[in-house]
Amino acid sequence: MARRVAIDPVSRVEGHGKVTLLVDDDHHITEARLHIVEFRGFEKFIQGRPYWELPLVVQRLCGICPVSHHLAAAKAIDQIAGVDQLTEPALALRKLMHFAQVLQSHALHFFHLASPDLLFGFDSDVAKRNIVAVIRHHQTLALQGVRIRKFGQQVIEAISGKRIHGIAAVPGGMNQPLTADKITPFKQQVTDIITWCDETVQTVRDLFQANRDFHENFGTAPAAFLSLVGPQDQLELYDGEIKVIDANGQLLHRQPCDQYHHLLQEQVKSWSYMKFPFLSDLTPDTGWYRVGPLARLNTCSHIDTPKAEQRRQEYQALLGKTVQAPLAYHWSRMIEALHCAEAIAVLLDDPALLSDDLVNQGNKRREGIGIIEAPRGTLIHHYRINEQDQVTMANLIVSTTNNNQAMNESIRRVANDHLNGRELTPELLNLVEVAIRAYDPCLSCATHAAGKMPLQLELMGTDGARLGSLTRHSDGSIQHAD
Amino acid sequence: MTTKKVRVATCSLAGCFGCHMSFLDMDEALIPLLDHIEFDRSPLTDIKTATRCDIGLIEGGLCNEENKEVLHQFREQCTYLVAVGACAINGGVPAMRNHLSVQACLEESYLDGLGVVDAQIPNDPELPALLPKVLPLQAEVAIDFFLPGCPPPAAAFLELVQAVLEQRAPNLDYASRRFD
Ligand code: SF4
Repeated sequence: MARRVAIDPVSRVEGHGKVTLLVDDDHHITEARLHIVEFRGFEKFIQGRPYWELPLVVQRLCGICPVSHHLAAAKAIDQIAGVDQLTEPALALRKLMHFAQVLQSHALHFFHLASPDLLFGFDSDVAKRNIVAVIRHHQTLALQGVRIRKFGQQVIEAISGKRIHGIAAVPGGMNQPLTADKITPFKQQVTDIITWCDETVQTVRDLFQANRDFHENFGTAPAAFLSLVGPQDQLELYDGEIKVIDANGQLLHRQPCDQYHHLLQEQVKSWSYMKFPFLSDLTPDTGWYRVGPLARLNTCSHIDTPKAEQRRQEYQALLGKTVQAPLAYHWSRMIEALHCAEAIAVLLDDPALLSDDLVNQGNKRREGIGIIEAPRGTLIHHYRINEQDQVTMANLIVSTTNNNQAMNESIRRVANDHLNGRELTPELLNLVEVAIRAYDPCLSCATHAAGKMPLQLELMGTDGARLGSLTRHSDGSIQHAD
Repeated sequence: MTTKKVRVATCSLAGCFGCHMSFLDMDEALIPLLDHIEFDRSPLTDIKTATRCDIGLIEGGLCNEENKEVLHQFREQCTYLVAVGACAINGGVPAMRNHLSVQACLEESYLDGLGVVDAQIPNDPELPALLPKVLPLQAEVAIDFFLPGCPPPAAAFLELVQAVLEQRAPNLDYASRRFD
């Protein structure tokens, strides 16, 4: 008998989506489908535009990690401008901006979106499960979250002129230096920011450990991991080589970024606008992988800032060398936030930030590939241009797209553990959302679009008939429909 | 100020979420404001459908049938409907596809894309039909306020909400009216 459940919308996630669960006659969930219903057409409409516009236009795919898109595109257009090596000041400014971006985005995700689940419980009252309640009941924590995010946004504003969609990168460099008076207040605040990030790592660790079994198993579906790493295999967010490890932590690939298109392919499925990337030497079913903080802490050998490295060692001592649990994303995410805060502190002392030696020049090329570690994972921008400097081809694989299959596998695991033939419950609806939210999906980027995510959870049987749906109303009441 | 809390719903249609982020860029100012406003449906809450609201903030234009449906729900439910940001006001970057056919855009992504396997254009009934052109909100419903900018600065949101609280017309100074 066919069953189908609908959650509409999935909240506290960036973007639009809908989930269908396919169930066989034994009430076993055979497949979970997170449908991405938004489509923008960026790859087509960007054709014909001059290449130097890319960092400005493409960041409008995502207002949550605009700097990551800005810089991934910037790295690609550096290559088109024939520049392989930025000046030291330009590189320092870009890194500072990027650390600030990852810091503010991680803070947003943890404090504004995920902390209500972790602090109040996954089954707590819907009216309470949001940032407003966190502000009421955990005021210090909430205020720290607001301030960490604000700090990151202000650093971005100081460099690019605006907190969101500013202008900073140009082909081969950056458009202006920082000034001493802009840096001073950041230097005064950064010690607090580091302390608060460190305390938050502790909070997330304690929450995870307090309910260890649940956290380790919730939505867990072992798979490979992919990220950039630095030359010594250290955690690296701005530049590096692509490293892939299997579910047991064994090295599968380590390649320069310009080889990405030999490493990865994308499968199209009829039911989603989000494609399914996989390792080309495997199949779509066996070659899916995960990206983001969980992946980065699994692929790297160490972190080059002391407090974050200490927290990383503690994390691995408690969870093992290759951590699979999606809920550990929250923990790894805050370790990275701590790293970003420490790295910002180091950079703020770098006199290069004040230099106006900002642009290198080279001989024009027709192609550029920019890969960066965005907050949610590896972000790939690839462009080709013609003799008139117009874009002729654009290929983007954004962070959330890399996690597409992994999210479906986690939803399936959660549904099998918590549904298995019984009636659809509001709890299941919550849990599916919690599983999706762990990945911090930015469906906005993923569809090369943005927005809030109307997610519908539907249970559908082998004959394709819909058996039930759940809708939650604004007064918190649940409407059940078969 | 009115003593009753002002109820605010927000959503992103064909936008990038940057306008929502700019709302949060009020930072600490958001905290005292929470004594005077409450959120209805918004990406920040788990509430799925909007009920009667004082203010509806919408970022992004219309790119598919579902966007239109949500917009009409908001128009019905909200006393003041606000088109927030360049995309809501004139389509923004997503409207760059308006000189092309939807089919050409889909083919580029799903048939001709680099490294694509199982090339096909997604066509599941779950996927809402794409509109031939990306439209601004006022092409579909009446809009009460427009907040320009990409995104509008946090100060513009704060002034708008405060004006509704104080039951007066909003007054955006020059710095709060952005066109970039
Ligand atoms: S107006 Fe700008 S910030 Fe707002 S949704 Fe559109 S692109 Fe994003």
